[in-house]
Amino acid sequence: MWAFVKKEFFHIFRDYRSMVILFGMPIVMVLLFGFAITNDINNAKIGILDHSKDVVTRDIIQKLLSSGYFELDSYLKSNAEIEKLFKQGRVKEVVVFERDFARKMAESNGASVQVILDASEPNTANMLSSYTGAIINTYSMELMKQQMKIPVSIQVENRMMYNPEVKSVYMFVPGVITVLLMLVSAMMTSISITREKELGTMEALLVSPLRPIQIILGKVFPYVLLSFTNLIVILLLARFVFLMPIQGSLVLLLGESLLFIMMSLALGILISTISKTQQQAMLLSMFALMLPTILLSGFIFPVENMPLVLQLVSHLMPSKWFIIIVKNIMLKGTGILYFWKETLILIVMTLLFIGLSVKKFKIRLE
Amino acid sequence: MTERGNIIEVSHLVKKFGDFTANDDLNFEVKKGEIFGFLGANGAGKTTAIKILCGLSEPTSGIALVAGFDVGKYPDKVKERIGYMSQRFSLYNDLTVKENFRFYGGIYGLSSAAIKERTNYFLEKLEMEKTRNVVLSEIPLGWKQKLAFSVAIMHNPQVVFLDEPTGGVDPITRRQFWEMIYETAHHGTTVFVTTHYMDEAEYCERVSIMNEGRIVALGTPAQLKEKYQAQSMNDVFIKIAR
Repeated sequence: MWAFVKKEFFHIFRDYRSMVILFGMPIVMVLLFGFAITNDINNAKIGILDHSKDVVTRDIIQKLLSSGYFELDSYLKSNAEIEKLFKQGRVKEVVVFERDFARKMAESNGASVQVILDASEPNTANMLSSYTGAIINTYSMELMKQQMKIPVSIQVENRMMYNPEVKSVYMFVPGVITVLLMLVSAMMTSISITREKELGTMEALLVSPLRPIQIILGKVFPYVLLSFTNLIVILLLARFVFLMPIQGSLVLLLGESLLFIMMSLALGILISTISKTQQQAMLLSMFALMLPTILLSGFIFPVENMPLVLQLVSHLMPSKWFIIIVKNIMLKGTGILYFWKETLILIVMTLLFIGLSVKKFKIRLE
Repeated sequence: MTERGNIIEVSHLVKKFGDFTANDDLNFEVKKGEIFGFLGANGAGKTTAIKILCGLSEPTSGIALVAGFDVGKYPDKVKERIGYMSQRFSLYNDLTVKENFRFYGGIYGLSSAAIKERTNYFLEKLEMEKTRNVVLSEIPLGWKQKLAFSVAIMHNPQVVFLDEPTGGVDPITRRQFWEMIYETAHHGTTVFVTTHYMDEAEYCERVSIMNEGRIVALGTPAQLKEKYQAQSMNDVFIKIAR
């Protein structure tokens, strides 16, 4: 076994192409995804906390909800509920109207609306805040015209939760972690296993007294280590170059990452059992794993805005669930209680893939 | 056991893939220390039979005993006792000569002292000491084949299976390769070899010829030549496989 692991490391370090993929990727990704990508938002879930409940606030709420941009999740009763709603990931925005809204509106200081946003998705947060601001402004303009009452003033006050400076790095670090772990684990293992098949060395291994499980473990072990190293490099980059905090438990983050790595490895083995050549394995990983991971996992494009079909597909993406977990730990600082469902989904997927690949791994070369 | 007991005993071996019968009722024995040639045209079922004997593939019916164990039931026991060199090159091109030896020695459970000793032994014998730390991709094919054979017999297996070991190799290297085979057999390792080259068939002690999944001829090259009234094994082969 040890001989096997050692040999696998030799392969990796002698093949400069894999080294480039392994260690060049984080840098390229960080640069690429550092640029913000804009997109439209529809039906974002919001919560409303209305301390006033008068004609004006009801009008504004009605305007917000009929704009098409927002969809009501729930009315809140107290400030304390806001935090919880965000941590559960149920809403992207909470709108808070202060007491005596209609009366204060006519006063010199004006009435104020607080818009609280989940800025762990900075693009979405920015856009939602400007939509909200615009709707409320339009409303107050109309009101002035109608009533010819001077002055009407509504202050819109934004608060970005979890990412006060709205840095997009906060959004793409969890995404980059996900994509990289997936890439290194799934793609590299599937390629290295099919390479042995292609070269004929797999035959030699199967004829040897090594058991298939030993062959598989020997093949994947180095990639677990490399994935972990990569993870730590990205976290260090995030922490010290982009000054991104890790709010939650680091141990939990590493643990969940290990789970995700296992899932990806199982996927990689599965890919290698169905592809005959390295190119096939590469293409399969690229198209079946990488692209969906980047496009459908909510890494760049918010899942909520996708057509229903794509939303359903995105549920099948293990990366979607992992990104939610990473964001929860890193940005919101929540514990396992808030994402046990996502974790469970990952565990089930991992077991499923391991089961499938063991079944498909052809012990006997037939 | 007698001095030359059987190391391989195959009786009524059948292998089917769906409707296709790749091996149809094979029966033969191979003696200890023998060089046994396993001949046949492409698609005759040679590779299928070798895979069964190596424990890579389960027989549909029939029994194959290799080194005293039923391959169908105890493939792991058999795997420890055999060596294998496939028609495709089975060493790692991105590892050095020494690392290849160390890796294969390792997976066959040899101690590092034994690996070192065997590596030195083979490199000295092949006069390749200088290439010890050379990456394999820089070594000519003929040398690689000899290395691959050395690696396959590194753990002193009781039988070594060679599946077209001399494919694409020049005549001089083939000659040297066969000297290695003779020496190996001399040391008591049985050599089970498939080949396309009929001149190589002449070097074998006994040969079997397969055609369409069946063994159609079995005996020493001399016996077969007499039986089919042929000048060479090549003629025998052409007469049978026609």
